[in-house]
Amino acid sequence: MSGSILALDSLSAGAPNLVQEILNRSESLAYIAAALLFILALASLSKQKSAMRGNVFGIIGMAAALIIVIVATTVEGDQMPLATLGFILVAVLIGAAIGVWKALRVQMTAMPELVALLHSFVGAAAVLVGINSFLATPGDGTYEGAFHMGEVGLAVFIGAVTLTGSIIANLKLSARISGKPLMLPGRNLLNLLMLVVCLVCIGWFVATQGVDQGFVPLAILTVVSLILGAHLVLAIGGGDMPVVISMLNSYSGWAAAMAGFTLGNDLLIITGALVGSSGAYLSYIMCQGMNRSFISVILGGFGSDGGSSSSSSSQDLGDLTHTEVTPEEVAERLKQAKTVVISPGYGMAVAQAQFPVAELTRKLIERGVDVKFAIHPVAGRMPGHMNVLLAEAKVPYDHVYEMDEVNDDFDQVDVVLVIGANDTVNPSAETDENSPIAGMPVMRVWDANNVIVSKRSIGNAGYAGVENPLFYNENTDMLLGDAKDSVEAIIHAL
Amino acid sequence: MRIGIPKETRAGQTLVAATPNTVKKLIALGYEVAIERGAGELASYYDAHYEEAGASVVDAAHAWAADMVVCLDAPSLEQVAQMASGATLLSRLDPQNNSELIAECVARNITAIALDAVPRISRAQSLDVRSSLMNVAGYRAVIEAASVFGRQFAGAVTAAGRVAPAKVYVIGVGVAGLAAIGTAGSMGAEVSATDVRADVADQVQSLGATFVEIPVQQESSDGYARELDEDDQARTQQVYAKQAAASDIVITTAQVPGRPAPLLLTAEAVSCMMPGSVIVDMGASDLGSNCALTKPGEVTVTENGVIIVGYTDLPGRLPGQASQLFGQNIVNLLKLVTSEKDGVPVWDEEDVVVRGMLAARDGNLMWPPPPVQVSAAPAPAKPAEAQAPGQAQTDAKAKAEGASTAEEVQEEPSRFRGLWWKALLGVLAVLLIVAAPASMSSHFIVFVLACVVGFYVITGVSHTLHTPLMSETNAISGIIVVGALLQIGSSDPLIVGLSFVAVALASINIFGGFLVTRRMLKMFERSSK
Repeated sequence: MSGSILALDSLSAGAPNLVQEILNRSESLAYIAAALLFILALASLSKQKSAMRGNVFGIIGMAAALIIVIVATTVEGDQMPLATLGFILVAVLIGAAIGVWKALRVQMTAMPELVALLHSFVGAAAVLVGINSFLATPGDGTYEGAFHMGEVGLAVFIGAVTLTGSIIANLKLSARISGKPLMLPGRNLLNLLMLVVCLVCIGWFVATQGVDQGFVPLAILTVVSLILGAHLVLAIGGGDMPVVISMLNSYSGWAAAMAGFTLGNDLLIITGALVGSSGAYLSYIMCQGMNRSFISVILGGFGSDGGSSSSSSSQDLGDLTHTEVTPEEVAERLKQAKTVVISPGYGMAVAQAQFPVAELTRKLIERGVDVKFAIHPVAGRMPGHMNVLLAEAKVPYDHVYEMDEVNDDFDQVDVVLVIGANDTVNPSAETDENSPIAGMPVMRVWDANNVIVSKRSIGNAGYAGVENPLFYNENTDMLLGDAKDSVEAIIHAL
Repeated sequence: MRIGIPKETRAGQTLVAATPNTVKKLIALGYEVAIERGAGELASYYDAHYEEAGASVVDAAHAWAADMVVCLDAPSLEQVAQMASGATLLSRLDPQNNSELIAECVARNITAIALDAVPRISRAQSLDVRSSLMNVAGYRAVIEAASVFGRQFAGAVTAAGRVAPAKVYVIGVGVAGLAAIGTAGSMGAEVSATDVRADVADQVQSLGATFVEIPVQQESSDGYARELDEDDQARTQQVYAKQAAASDIVITTAQVPGRPAPLLLTAEAVSCMMPGSVIVDMGASDLGSNCALTKPGEVTVTENGVIIVGYTDLPGRLPGQASQLFGQNIVNLLKLVTSEKDGVPVWDEEDVVVRGMLAARDGNLMWPPPPVQVSAAPAPAKPAEAQAPGQAQTDAKAKAEGASTAEEVQEEPSRFRGLWWKALLGVLAVLLIVAAPASMSSHFIVFVLACVVGFYVITGVSHTLHTPLMSETNAISGIIVVGALLQIGSSDPLIVGLSFVAVALASINIFGGFLVTRRMLKMFERSSK
């Protein structure tokens, strides 16, 4: 268990020769180029016009970094160059095959799950890199060595939290486990305890010398971090998923940055920090959109005190009645309307209704109806989810508005068509202080003349598990059934 | 239940509490409507129209004897005496200053609903008669100004030379102020406006007007501007004077219900204005006006030729419109309390809107109501209501602010904890950097700079691009592959094996991430065409 694999170390060991020198210089060059290209990629992606170019920048940057690192590793490695190259190519090809297959197959509606899953890979890779880094250069009793061990400990910690957190998020989003928050008694204390255990393990780990000594604390650290990550996300309700996704995105960046510290690799540090801080900012935007504090989201559970039960607020709705409409009636009302606002939610994604919705929109626009889409910042299960779906269905994006742009104008709208949205149009966020979603900005669709809610069934509460009094309003009519079928029936009737 | 609409008796009152249009809606709610003969005539709504809409036309005594009486102005004691015991009275009762009238209602077992006491929450906006009337008044103020102003509002370049647009300055951006800004703007004038609440600047700008900052700033916690102390008042008056001197038309909208309006324009300020310029004082009243030289109810010309319009009945000068809006407010209110549409109102005291308006019920005095939750939190002991009373547009904002203050109170501990964490993290970071081996310092610099860059490059990210951005950053974080690659050349088979797995995992990210981003962006490109 000896032999340093760090590129830097092997550099100093080798005799200064020309090849080495050229390689070294081009490595720096490639790193700088890659870092700049990544920054450009992110910057370009914040504008519609330059977004495509941004992706290309990202690809070029990644290719530059990969090629130079593969060359360097092949030349400098302890093994036969060809064997190393072969290993790398096989590994990359396996990863590429899976990645391409996943990326081509994924439905736009399932995008949040995929992104969550991808985050977990970064987390896993960070854990592995951390462990490797430990195996290669375990604690040696020196100050630098101890510091290095601390970095390894942190990298493994963040990586492991990202790994299991993302897997749980993926399972929740793909509905393979329940989206309801898991409320263990004293979960905050539990989290704190696990955090303390992790810190203690890192401390212990730092003090060890050699692989054999360090193995035990590292193993405990890894396992506890994995549990912590899972528990954190298990405790977060489905309604907060957009925040969770961008938070995990941020974590995966920090994990990469920590790995960069353990290896002394600036490219990893830069890229990791870029992703980490941009992800954190996105999470912040999301939190603002939901009027929730970041801390209360990551500490889990819907409702800041954790003890609030959603059942209490739903009792008094039991004996209310709702009115139903047929698609033909809806078509008739849409024909008569001057202004129509469509407010989609996750239900549209689930039913794959974005294509018929887009067709309906085109039909209405042809008839001279003013059609707008009103998108709540946290509609769907990840930031911008609805926009992706509408773009897929080719809805012109000048018809797509953010909540704040239209929220005050609902009283001038003739018909609001709510498709598969629930919590984002729930008036109890404004009226019921005890509601778990109290204070969250919601779209005031109830101000419109007529609200038509397309929904699978009336009893089906939204992701937050909160009853929605909107459905029982006088001016609300329910169009029950699968969103896709319903919208297609409306189109047919038009 | 039978609703009686008596003819308004205050001199100069041209409005009526129901129009044929709103009568139909009241009947749809299950009510019968009896309207006094000739009640709507001044607003050009004739008895025949009401009959057509389904109302019965009756004499005054019958109108007052109905189960529910709706009128604009608070009735006299004699009129209340005509009402039946157990009946309901809807009017602008101003319970704060009309205790005698309210006491009479209590004594006669009349349920009294004060239409001018609608709580300022967004749900209640649709039934706030003050907002409706102030909106009309704001429009009319501009029309009055235009009619006495010796020039036109819109600028033009004509064969005979260039005509500059009129400069209109609006003080106080409530409902009335906003209506005035909109109207003056649409007539082609150059409009600027001022309010002590800096947060209305957006609303002013959204109407195409310029917001003039004043040195005194307030954050409104309840949708109303507060009364200023003397120093502040003097400072604001200077700004008003300076702006007024540079403007052709000044419209002042500050009012305090039941109390003198604040003085905005001093005699000195008026003396600095150009001859022919116009002041419309919407705060004019016998108690006090926004301008020192205003004569309430009259149009006067000062020594230096400034025309001051002091009409106090601006809504009454648009009786048809104002009555319709008032009537619709009544319909909205009754809609709220008549959910069964059976013509039987249920005044639910649990509802803050209803509770806020209830002044008397079943022989009990109900005034004043408990404070509304929304604006209750940190409001000053007695928030004096300056500015136009009725600022529906700011309601949503007020509510949001109310909500956020409520949350502040609730989240105080966690916010404090948040601060504590940040401080701790800061200390840790400093310790870490100090403790780190010298070789690390360059890495820290790189790290911190990259954090800042990461933060800045995506500020202003378009909302539609959140998902692609996220999958892109995800692909980029596949850079972890570099770490794994650096280790794969090791001679230790365990390290090689782990690196192999790590490279494969990270590659999934790189290829999957970039490809899926590309797929999404392609869709956006198509949809933008």
